[in-house]
Amino acid sequence: MKVPRCKGMRDLLPDDMVKFRQIEEVFRHCSLKWGYEEVRTPTLEYLHLFTATGTLTPGMLGRVYSFLDWDGWSGERVVLRPEGTIPTARLFLENLTGGEISRLSYVGNTFTFEETGKERRERWQCGVELIGTSQPLADVELVLLASEVLGKLGLGPLEVRLSHAGLIKALIGELGLEAAEQTQIFDQVLEGNIKALGEIETEDVDLKRALALLLDVTESSPGFLENVRTLLGKALPRFEPSLRDLASIADLLGAMDCPYRIDIASGRGFEYYTGVMFQFYISKERVGGGGRYDDLISLVGGPPIPASGFALYVDQLMDLVKLEERPVSRILVQSQDGDVTGLRSCFEVARSLREAGYLVALDQGQKAVGDYRWLLSVSGEGLFRLTDQATGEKRELTSEAEIRQVMENSR
Amino acid sequence: MKLALPKGRLLKDTAALLERAGLGPEGYNERSRSYRLKSSRFPDLFFKVFQERDIPIQVAIGNYDLGICGLDWVAELLAKYPSSDLEKVRDLGYGRSDLCVVASEHAEVSSVGGINDGFDRVRIVSEYQNLAESFALRQRLRRFSILPIWGAGEVYPPESADLAIIAETPAGSFASYNLVPLVRILNSSAFLIANRDGLAKADISELLACLQPFDVETEAETPLPAITSGMFEKGEKMAEGEEVVRIALPDGHLLKPAAEFLDKAGLNIRGYSGEMGEGGECGESEKATRRPTIDLPGVTIKVIRPQDMPLQVANDNFDLAITGQDWLNDHLYRFPSSPVKEILKLGFGKVTVVAVVSEDLPAHDVHGLRDLVIGGFLPTLRVASEYVNIADKYARDNHLERCKIIPTWGASEAFLPEDADLLIENTETGETLARHSLTVIDTIFESSACLIGHRDTLSHPSKKGRIERIMNVIKKGG
Repeated sequence: MKVPRCKGMRDLLPDDMVKFRQIEEVFRHCSLKWGYEEVRTPTLEYLHLFTATGTLTPGMLGRVYSFLDWDGWSGERVVLRPEGTIPTARLFLENLTGGEISRLSYVGNTFTFEETGKERRERWQCGVELIGTSQPLADVELVLLASEVLGKLGLGPLEVRLSHAGLIKALIGELGLEAAEQTQIFDQVLEGNIKALGEIETEDVDLKRALALLLDVTESSPGFLENVRTLLGKALPRFEPSLRDLASIADLLGAMDCPYRIDIASGRGFEYYTGVMFQFYISKERVGGGGRYDDLISLVGGPPIPASGFALYVDQLMDLVKLEERPVSRILVQSQDGDVTGLRSCFEVARSLREAGYLVALDQGQKAVGDYRWLLSVSGEGLFRLTDQATGEKRELTSEAEIRQVMENSR
Repeated sequence: MKLALPKGRLLKDTAALLERAGLGPEGYNERSRSYRLKSSRFPDLFFKVFQERDIPIQVAIGNYDLGICGLDWVAELLAKYPSSDLEKVRDLGYGRSDLCVVASEHAEVSSVGGINDGFDRVRIVSEYQNLAESFALRQRLRRFSILPIWGAGEVYPPESADLAIIAETPAGSFASYNLVPLVRILNSSAFLIANRDGLAKADISELLACLQPFDVETEAETPLPAITSGMFEKGEKMAEGEEVVRIALPDGHLLKPAAEFLDKAGLNIRGYSGEMGEGGECGESEKATRRPTIDLPGVTIKVIRPQDMPLQVANDNFDLAITGQDWLNDHLYRFPSSPVKEILKLGFGKVTVVAVVSEDLPAHDVHGLRDLVIGGFLPTLRVASEYVNIADKYARDNHLERCKIIPTWGASEAFLPEDADLLIENTETGETLARHSLTVIDTIFESSACLIGHRDTLSHPSKKGRIERIMNVIKKGG
C-alpha cells in the first residue's frame, strides 16, 4: 500500500536539494560576511507567544498548526512556528540581550494551514534580524544585503518596493475609526487589499489629492515624497515622521545605487511592522520581504528595543535559480573478484579518491551505471581497469596516482 | 438516501416534523432503543439515530445525505473546517437556544472588551472547543486555555474557569447560576443540513419539499427547574481561599451509587442525591443542585461530568473527585505525566471496557480483526469511541494499522456496522450490545469508581488534615 505524503507538504528531491543548499549557502555566506550570526529556533513554540504579542492577525492565528502537547492538560496549546521573526525575537530576549546591536540570521521552515492543500503548508525561508537600532541606515543595510544574496544567486533584475506601516496607519487614522476597526483595516491592507483605504472621506481637498497620489503612484522619482509632503498641507504633521523616515531610506538607497520604487500599496506582511516595509520581486515573483518592527520585542515582554529584518522565500527562489551543474566526476568502483581482499582494495582506493575530491560510490551490483563518468574495476592484486564512459576508452593501471592522472588529463 | 436524526432534546420536535411530512419512521421516540429506522413513504429512505453532536460530521464526510441537528454543532464543525462539504439547507424553527460567552457575576468582567484586562490567563470551558478557540482568537485574548468539557459548563465559573461558552435555552437562564452573558456568539435552532456532494448529484427535491419548518407550539418545552446555586447568595462576593478543599462529585449514571456510598460512609451532603436526569438536569423530586453542601467546614462540592474530572483535577480546579477508572485511564493515556492519580478504589459503578464488532464481521478476537485489516478486507479500520485515547492506544497496542479514530458523544452502538468497524465501549451486562447485534471480541479492562486527586494534594500543608479525614470517612464507607 502506497502512503502518499501529507496534503500541502512537499518532498524535496535530489535536484531540489541541490538548489535548496545553493540558496542556503549563498545566504549563509553573505550574511556571515556582513556580521550576522546564525541561530535556529525550535519548531514548537507556545501559542501564547503569538497571541500575547497581538501581532498576528486572528486570520493568521486561525491557520496555525496548534495542538496540545503531551503535558498540555492545562489546555494551553503549542504551535508549529507560523513565522520566523517572533520566535527569533523570543530567542533574542531569552538569551542574547547583552549586546548593543545584534545581527541574527536563520534558515528555517514555517507552517501555515491552507485548507485546500493546493498551496504549501510548509515553507522555508532565509531570514535576518538587525536588532538594536532604529536608524534608516539599518533598513538600508538589510535591503543591500538581500540584494547581494539575490545577485549572487544569479537572479535579477531585482525590484525593491518600499512601503511604510507608519504611513498606512496614519492614513487609516484619517478614517476616524475605533482602534479595533483600524487594526482590522490595517490587516486587510497587509493582506493586499489596499482598496480598504479607498473609502477615506475628507473635506480637505489637499489631503484628498495627496492620498490619491500616495495610493496610486507606484513609480517614483526622488521628488515624489517631496510632492506628497507639499500637497498634504495642514494634514502634514500627522504624516511627517513616517514620510521623513521613508524619504531618508529612499535617499540613502538612491545614493548607494540601489534602484527602488515607492509603492505604498505594496505593503504586505505582519501586523507588528511599525516602519518601512520592503518587498523583493524578481520577474514579478515576490521572493522576499521584511520591515521594521520597533515594538515587537517589548510586546513579547522585553524592553523597548527597535529592530528590523527580512526573509527570503526559499520555495519561490528554488523555482528561479538555475540548477548548478555537478562539477565533480562521479566514479563507480567495482570489485573484480568479490572476495574480501578485493573489497578491501575497493574501499581503500575509494577513500583516497574521495579525499582527492572525487565522488566515489561502491558498486552494489546495479546494472545501470550510466550516472557515472568513470568505472573503476579493482582486482585483488591491486590492479585497476578504468573505463571512461564518455569515450568508451579503457585503461589498465597499477596505482591510484595513475588513475588520478588519467582523470585530470581528460578534463 | 440516508438521513441522520438526533437523539435528545430535539427528538420530540423532529419526530413531529417527520410525522407531519408523512415520513413517519416508526420507533423514533424517546423510549425507543432502535437506531435504524425505515420510512413508510419513501422505501429507499434509511434513518439512523445519533447523538446530535455527531450528525454534522457524519453528513460532512458523506455517510449521510441529510441530517437534522442544532446549528450550534454545525457551527462548531465549520469553525475548524470551514470548507467542509456541508450545506445548511433550512432553519427548522424549533430547538432554539443562544450560545453565549458567560462569566460569573462575581468576576470583575462585564464585557468582552474587558477580558484581557480581567485575567492573566483566561480559562475557558466549553463543549464547543472550536467555537471557543475562534472566539479567543477573534477577541485577541493574549493568553488562554480551552478546557473541553462534556457538559455542566454552568457550574464552572468563577472558581474552576473564568469563562464558559454555553447554550442558554429558554428554560435555563444564566441568572440562576450567578452568570452574566458577555456576548451572544450564535443563535441556534434545529437545522436541516445536507452533504454538498449528495445535493449536487441526486434529486431529493420531493424529500426536501416535505421537510418544511413549522411553527412550534409554544407549550412544547417544559421548563427545567432552576438549579439553586447552593453556595452563595446572588450578589454575595464569593470568597474561596487557598485553604478550601474542593471536591467534585459525578452526575450521570455514577450519581446514584456515589450518593449511596457517601451516605453510607456517613458524609452528610445536602442537595446531591436528588434526581438528576441523563443530561445532568435536575429533576423535580428533590432540590438537587450542582453545588451541594456538606457539613464539614472548609469543604466545597460541585457536581460535574465524570468524563471531565481528571482534566479538572490536573488543572488544580479540584482537590478530590469521584470518577470512573475508565475516564482516568483515558486522561492518563493522553497526558502520561499528568499530576492526577487514583488515591482510593471505591468499587461501585462497575463496568467493563470492551472491544466490540458487529456480529456479521468474521472476527472472533483481536487477532482475527487484525487479519481482516492486514488482508485488506478492512483497509482502514474505523474505530468509534467516547474513549478516544483508550481507543487510540488499543489500536496501537494491537497493531490495528491503518485505523481511523472516530470520537463519539454517546449512542456509539449506532455506529456499527455502517459507520464504524470497531467500537471501544463500556458495558455492564452486555445486554445493550447483544440487542444491537454486536459481539465482544476483547476485554480491555475492568473499571469502577475511584477517588482521584492531584499529586500534590495530599502533601498540601493546610489541606492535608481535612483531606485525610475525608478519606478516612470514605474508606469506612467502602
